[in-house]
Amino acid sequence: MKRRILALLTAITCVFGLAACSNTSGDNAAKSTKEETNETKDSNGANARTLDEIKDSGVVKIGVFSDKAPFGYVDEKGDYQGYDVYFAERIAKDLGVKVEYTSLDPASRVEYAQTGKVDIVLANFTVTDERAEQVDFALPYMKVALGVVSPENALIKDVDELKDKTLIVAKGTTAETYFEANYPDVELQKYDAYADAYNALLDGRGDAFSTDNTEVLAWAMSNKGFKVGITSLGSIDTIAPAVQKGNDTLLNWLNDEIKTLGKEEFFHADYEETLAPVYGDAASADEIVVEGGEVEK
Amino acid sequence: MQDLAISIIFKGNNLLRLLDGLWITLRISLLSAALSIPLGILFGMFLTLKNPISKFIGRLYLDFIRIMPQLVLLFIVFFGITRATGLDLSAELSAIIVFVLWGTSEMGDLVRGALISIPKHQYESSEALALTKLQTYWYIIIPQTLRRLIPLTINLVTRMIKTTSLVVLIGIVEMLKVGQQIIDANRFDYPSGALWIYGVVFFMYFFSCWPISCFAKWLEKRWSDK
Repeated sequence: MKRRILALLTAITCVFGLAACSNTSGDNAAKSTKEETNETKDSNGANARTLDEIKDSGVVKIGVFSDKAPFGYVDEKGDYQGYDVYFAERIAKDLGVKVEYTSLDPASRVEYAQTGKVDIVLANFTVTDERAEQVDFALPYMKVALGVVSPENALIKDVDELKDKTLIVAKGTTAETYFEANYPDVELQKYDAYADAYNALLDGRGDAFSTDNTEVLAWAMSNKGFKVGITSLGSIDTIAPAVQKGNDTLLNWLNDEIKTLGKEEFFHADYEETLAPVYGDAASADEIVVEGGEVEK
Repeated sequence: MQDLAISIIFKGNNLLRLLDGLWITLRISLLSAALSIPLGILFGMFLTLKNPISKFIGRLYLDFIRIMPQLVLLFIVFFGITRATGLDLSAELSAIIVFVLWGTSEMGDLVRGALISIPKHQYESSEALALTKLQTYWYIIIPQTLRRLIPLTINLVTRMIKTTSLVVLIGIVEMLKVGQQIIDANRFDYPSGALWIYGVVFFMYFFSCWPISCFAKWLEKRWSDK
């Protein structure tokens, strides 16, 4: 028994000893970078690069989606494309540096920004209060709301037309909570997966289907006989670039950049180039893009 | 247009990109396997020591790595180390570190099992022949253990190849991710493309793991003839 306790104690000392070592070296590393760069540092050990450091290195690291067409995807030549990427290319051009893309997944976006493994996260990042505590968001460049898609021959153009009709929603989406809270007289039919919900609409099990407008618009384009009658409904969420918390030089530069680009209607051009081929005339640029960081509610 | 969905495999550089992805998959998994097999053998021998301290340390490591999902380990190494020390490890290096840690613990446990399955009289007979501990292991125990280990090790290597699909979550674009990128980029024009791409990915995984199984069979046969 005594031996066991001894073993346990030794192990614990080892673990703590190791942890203590790594901690001190971590502080030293952080201190030295702080002295070199004169940067504001938050509780994280890793510092994101400042604007000057990015310019000096000649490369800006931007995290984008690589499988979310038409916002961030990779074409058959292996090049990154999409609405977010079009903006990323412009950022690199205006910084006068090359761009290096990292393929992100929804779950790892916050971590990438927090640890400074990428300079900017530009992966269709919806601004929420919870995320804003972990990363710094720049001004928005896009907005999403709910959309309602229905068969062309029984098109629903106004939310009042949905009264006493069956609306298909996917469980756990903003559409579900929005309709439950605001339109109790709309009958909801709920499905676990998007694919099931779309199939239900195709089979005519419901009169319409509602989820994010960007999603239903894209779906309606590839499914003949269906149209998005309501393109913008409910509260508007914005999508913005994100940087590590406290990386003010880069954040301010991004905000200025977005304001400047607003004057030349850059995001309308971006829309025409990347989103218009997908959405066609089912939506207009004004329903999706945000210019100069100003959202009209 | 849908019946031509197979054409997306050959569109642009798609096939080449998938092969590139396969190369990354194999590079990470085979390098990790090559490192974890010798380390695992050492760790397995360490586990059979009768010393309580070494037993405790071995057990702690084994259980820690086994209980932790590999995904969590990947996040700890890739993001956690950067957070704690400011050291910026590349994604591929982090992946190899995690797979070596994981492979060593799995391999170690296999080796431990194989070692204790060697009957005690083998040890005693070699002692009677005045062989040293090292000689006993080198000439008597290890050759016998290796034979028992082969099927298990091959199983581990193929499992490693398949588990590398997790590395997409730390930003490495390997074969499965390339497949998903191609499917997504074509989802409006070729909605049925997914089947073809996943088919190709399936065959690529199969033809990576199959030769390894064949090699194991050949080894087993060769050694049993002796």
